Amino acid sequence: MPAPRTAEHFADLATQQRAARLGMWTFLASEVLLFAGLFALYGAYRVRYRDAFAEAVRHNTLWFGTTNTFVLLTSSLTVALAVRAIRADRCGSALVFVGLTIVLGLGFLGIKGFEYADHIEHGLLPARFFSSDVITGPGAIIFYTIYWIATGLHGVHVTAGLCVLGWLATRIAHDRVDATNPVALELGAMYWHLVDMIWLFLWPLLYLTR
Amino acid sequence: MIEVSPVPSFLAAKTGPRAWLLTRDHKRIGLMFLFATVAFLFLGGAFAMLLRTELVRPERDLFDATMYNRLFTMHGVVMVFLFMIPSIPAGFGNFVLPIMIGARDVAFPRLNLASFYIYLIGAFVTLGSLVGGGVDTGWTFYTPYSSTSPTAVAPTAIGIFIIGISSIITGINFITTVHTMRAKGMRWHDMPLFVWSIYATSIIQVLATPVLGLTLVLVGLDHVLGIGLFDPRVGGDPVLYQHLFWFYSHPAVYIMILPAMGVISEIVCTFAHRNPASYRAIAYSSLGIAFVGFLTWGHHLFVSGMSETDAAIFGVLSMFVAVFSAIKVFTWTGTLYRASIRLGTPLGYLFAFLFLFVFGGMTGVAVATQSLDVPWHDTYFVVAHFHFIMVGGTTTAFLAAWHYWFPKMFGRMYDERVGLLTAALVFGGFFMTFFPQFLLGNAGMPRRYYSYPDQYQALHVLSTGGSWALGLAMLLAFGQLVVAWRKGPRAPANPWHSRSFEWSTSSPPPEHNFVGPFVVRRGAYDYDLTQEEADARSTDR
Repeated sequence: MPAPRTAEHFADLATQQRAARLGMWTFLASEVLLFAGLFALYGAYRVRYRDAFAEAVRHNTLWFGTTNTFVLLTSSLTVALAVRAIRADRCGSALVFVGLTIVLGLGFLGIKGFEYADHIEHGLLPARFFSSDVITGPGAIIFYTIYWIATGLHGVHVTAGLCVLGWLATRIAHDRVDATNPVALELGAMYWHLVDMIWLFLWPLLYLTR
Repeated sequence: MIEVSPVPSFLAAKTGPRAWLLTRDHKRIGLMFLFATVAFLFLGGAFAMLLRTELVRPERDLFDATMYNRLFTMHGVVMVFLFMIPSIPAGFGNFVLPIMIGARDVAFPRLNLASFYIYLIGAFVTLGSLVGGGVDTGWTFYTPYSSTSPTAVAPTAIGIFIIGISSIITGINFITTVHTMRAKGMRWHDMPLFVWSIYATSIIQVLATPVLGLTLVLVGLDHVLGIGLFDPRVGGDPVLYQHLFWFYSHPAVYIMILPAMGVISEIVCTFAHRNPASYRAIAYSSLGIAFVGFLTWGHHLFVSGMSETDAAIFGVLSMFVAVFSAIKVFTWTGTLYRASIRLGTPLGYLFAFLFLFVFGGMTGVAVATQSLDVPWHDTYFVVAHFHFIMVGGTTTAFLAAWHYWFPKMFGRMYDERVGLLTAALVFGGFFMTFFPQFLLGNAGMPRRYYSYPDQYQALHVLSTGGSWALGLAMLLAFGQLVVAWRKGPRAPANPWHSRSFEWSTSSPPPEHNFVGPFVVRRGAYDYDLTQEEADARSTDR
């Protein structure tokens, strides 16, 4: 197993790892603010179109959203188990857990895809593409515009997270990430947890607050 | 003092285009940012000169309304996003911050290089949209006009989004660097004050920029697909756009001015050869501005539909910024008071900064009051206010920084007489350009018009004359630096006899900043110590 390498501008490996973790936390803070703008828009329009938003939320399929919440929460568990395994130097099981996380992440996107197909079929599309005759009015249209942008942006983040996890899997397979140098996997897991956490806010806003 | 270093300087260590374009050295990346931002300063300045030339006569001369609108939009976009925001943090911050804390580089050198190329790509996309029709919305992209404008709104928005990514990366890098890379023995309160101000700036860059990114994505989508989230015709609210836009763009003015304040803090202490009157007052007021700066955006919306209570709250919060700024100004002047001041070009720019900043700041308190802002809103008064404080502050500090750190970066000196004369000309040109605009605004001249009634002509001519003087002064300032770079006399390692740590190494510094590990046993401004003692307590060998 190759020994972890300290880049020449760091005093020691511990400092390098501390810097990597702090950099990731700072990046996650930035990501939270990216979604915060959307949450602010949602809040302002929810106040303005209270009944229309509640009706649109009732119109969303609760089961799609809730199933996806379970899928994503489970994937957060598996990625956490992967970190635990790598710290205990069980690289084989770490690889299995990362693989499970990827499968669950793909499952999330798959379920989301079915849900999108369902929305398209019923004309529940953003802005001027909206053509439902079951729910109408500006409030419903704005709800679905925000819905598509928020879930779309979240989907982009899930996809990015999956790419990172796939790359990490090859790193673990090639013994480049292990108990002495687990930081890369830790950072990937932190990012995955953020993706999960943002969904935990989207889920009530888009499915539960009927 | 280290006079001759046996180690080659970072400029001499490796040469050739590859050594620059693929470098991970924060000093080279800083210099590339500086060259790029100076180029954009001149481009944005050229747009401004065209605008001012059109305004010499009341009637239409050079451009029609649409062309005029495109020009002031590009002037704003280039100056804000391509010059002012990256200039001091990504340029001088990159060059001196790691040396100031005794580090060999920033925490993430590869990301640092990436941020430079992301910035260039963003600049390329933004300026490319010029060719594709330009933008006529103003740099603020206010809805609903930006949804329906026939010009290239979406590509410009994407370009600015990309530049924002670069800004966020720089912020993450500096925050992490300050936390983890300080030299052995350096506590937080030993750091030079410039580091505090860049740290505060980085927090804003990381937390505010993503909100602008999202908002611009929504504007771009609106322009291309008509999603209408801010379009009143389909139930959207254009004022919500203004809230989101200013949630970034007001803190963004502190991205521009906080680093400038950091530069000024360094120059004050060096040229007064004295400890700052209060280190903590300057350091903490930077954090104070960064914090309260997030809570003031509403003062841009006083005439957009806002309750009087909200306006009063936003007005009072905005005035807190003035309190923190005044703390700094009094601490700087307190440091200068009865000190044995050394005269030099950076000090000349420092005085220009102080005057423009205080003058602009006081008019800022005035426009933060709703009753006063209503008549002044969207007039030249506001234009003059933000040019004084933001542009005057940032540009004079940028020039001060160039002259202060020039010997550090290139190991050469420039002619002080030309430098001081240029500083006076920059100040004079600036004042003559923008002071008449206060009077114009107060007399009712609205901003963003290419023609005007005859009674405003005298002041417009004065302003245009000032802008030509300012343009000439800028050419002189950078022309003299180019000459000094090629032909200037060799500078000693520490020409200003400063105690700040970037002067503890040779000028220009070696590739890894220090010869051995840098160890510190004093604060950044221990002017009570003798030079020998100070050097002995901050050494790399």
